[in-house]
Amino acid sequence: MEKILVGLKRVVDYNVRVRVRNDGSGVETDGVKMSINPFDEIALEEALRIKERGEASEVIVISVGGVDAQQQLRTGLAMGADRAILVDSDDSVEPLGVARIFKNIIDRDEIDLVLLGKQAIDDDNSQTGQMLAAIWGRPQATFASKLDLDGDTAKVTREVDAGLEIIEVDLPAVITVDLRLNEARYVKLPDIMKAKKKPLEVIAVADLGIDPGPQIKELSFEAPAERERGVMVDDVAGLVAALKEKGLA
Amino acid sequence: MSKILIIAEHDGSTLNPGTAKTVTCAASIEGAEIDIVVLASAAAAVAAQASSLELVTRVLTVERAENEHPIAALLAPQIAAIASGYSHVFGPSTTFGKDLMPHVAALLGVNQISDIMNAESSHTFKRPIYAGNAVATVEAPGDSIVVGTVRIASYAAAKGGNAAAIESIDVAVDIPPHTRLIEVLSGASDRPDLQTAAKVVAGGRALGSEDNFNLIYKLADKLGAGIGASRAAVDAGYVPNELQVGQTGKIIAPDLYIAIGISGAIQHLTGIKDAGTIVAINKDEESPIFEVADIGLVADLFTAVPELTDSLD
Ligand SMILES: Cc1cc2nc3c(=O)[nH]c(=O)nc-3n(C[C@H](O)[C@H](O)[C@H](O)COP(=O)(O)OP(=O)(O)OC[C@H]3O[C@@H](n4cnc5c(N)ncnc54)[C@H](O)[C@@H]3O)c2cc1C
Ligand SMILES: Nc1ncnc2c1ncn2[C@@H]1O[C@H](COP(=O)(O)O)[C@@H](O)[C@H]1O
Repeated sequence: MEKILVGLKRVVDYNVRVRVRNDGSGVETDGVKMSINPFDEIALEEALRIKERGEASEVIVISVGGVDAQQQLRTGLAMGADRAILVDSDDSVEPLGVARIFKNIIDRDEIDLVLLGKQAIDDDNSQTGQMLAAIWGRPQATFASKLDLDGDTAKVTREVDAGLEIIEVDLPAVITVDLRLNEARYVKLPDIMKAKKKPLEVIAVADLGIDPGPQIKELSFEAPAERERGVMVDDVAGLVAALKEKGLA
Repeated sequence: MSKILIIAEHDGSTLNPGTAKTVTCAASIEGAEIDIVVLASAAAAVAAQASSLELVTRVLTVERAENEHPIAALLAPQIAAIASGYSHVFGPSTTFGKDLMPHVAALLGVNQISDIMNAESSHTFKRPIYAGNAVATVEAPGDSIVVGTVRIASYAAAKGGNAAAIESIDVAVDIPPHTRLIEVLSGASDRPDLQTAAKVVAGGRALGSEDNFNLIYKLADKLGAGIGASRAAVDAGYVPNELQVGQTGKIIAPDLYIAIGISGAIQHLTGIKDAGTIVAINKDEESPIFEVADIGLVADLFTAVPELTDSLD
């Protein structure tokens, strides 16, 4: 296999407690720590391991977003990706648009395997990989917790509601990864220096002539209904009494 | 008027309860006419169960050998072909629906509304984002088909007692040969299913080992409860992945949820927000789990849990 494409989305760091703006116009992202979507880090780690085993020759990271997403692409390069592509867009692009952009790059760069996160932790959509598989006409293996390549096929263990499921797909394919697939490496300082010299191509989304599809409009945002802090009991007897009172024990 | 097609989730013999909850969501849209489609190698048993659900007009069956197992890339082209007569296509927001529905949406050339928690109207929906830290109200364009997954923890199951017409249909589309099921490894369990159990007892990292999880099982047995776990407990190998509750596990809404040795990370809490009563047992009174617990006990689980189990006779 030659080339693996990995999607890296810039999102609010998973440790940040996100708050809805008072005017309901969105969530507060000013001055908030931004990171690579955690699932995408796992996807990149897997791609790098495949390359290190000699089963691929190039790992390319791609992000669709504003110029700030270059930070996450640079981190990806420091982890070990060979080159990066920023598809520059001021507006946030919905999953179908992202999938169509990825398809465009797949055709241009002759990609053999696409590794994405199973979901982006901002919009929690979990759509992009499945949509890409649909428009590319290639197999999808979502929620992967284990991946074995064997020539022209891949065996993928998927985390599903009933437990685990193993499927075999022909390559090229789209695989979306779950957190248990691997543990991503830490970036070392010398790698950050080296990453500055690696190629980062910037393409304006308008130049790709992509139809983003019918758009879903975000009308408003609100904080979720809060649960109220309840009572504290002193001991197990108190707990049993409280459960009995509610008819739960 | 909205014509809504719901994709049945099943294992070849039993309709998954998520389907009945998806029906409830669809029925909340004014003037909805609801059909369910069962794609299977042999559909009769599942179709009969689907036909009994209230508010369903028709059950369509598509029988093909390739539909023996639910593989998204194989089912999606068939669904896309049937979808043309409908204004909406819905599936449950289970791993089945999450895998399948976006593939269908892309074949139909639209974005998907994921995790519908409320239908405000036929084209306006509420859905959680940022691990449930915010709720967005979104509007799908009025002139294209709406594809969505339904957050099943937000809906009660539609009742039975109906006898909707069952109709077998042929769908003449090619099915790609590029994906093959090798094996399903599901932990068979005679305990109540996590996603539908009225009571759930869940353990976290603090349990410390697979053996110690027996404390959780014993308490669950006393209560007739299902078992859940935090991601940390699953990662450590104490329990299998299908027991994980949270943003990347199962979103559940039992009447009673007992969290034992679980800190209450935001990714975990998003899975239990809709529980009736949350009980927390944790030795650290500062644990965030206590901010959402209805009943909290600060205690060492290794003494408190056996004591609790013993007092529930
Ligand atoms: C993208 C992403 C997705 C995630 N998705 C999920 C998800 O779906 N579900 C999920 O659960 N997590 C998820 N996580 C992980 C989450 O952030 C937490 O790391 C995890 O929930 C912690 O599990 P825990 O509470 O068991 O462990 P810890 O946070 O380590 O908490 C252990 C608790 O046990 C208590 N304790 C210790 N000893 C005792 C004792 N003897 N008696 C009583 N109490 C004791 C401690 O006080 C502590 O509160 C996700 C993380 C990321 C980044
Ligand atoms: N704007 C984007 N830039 C790069 N990758 C993306 C983008 N949007 C989605 N992806 C990829 O698709 C996965 C699923 O995203 P989503 O469908 O939005 O939940 C993410 O984990 C990324 O790997």
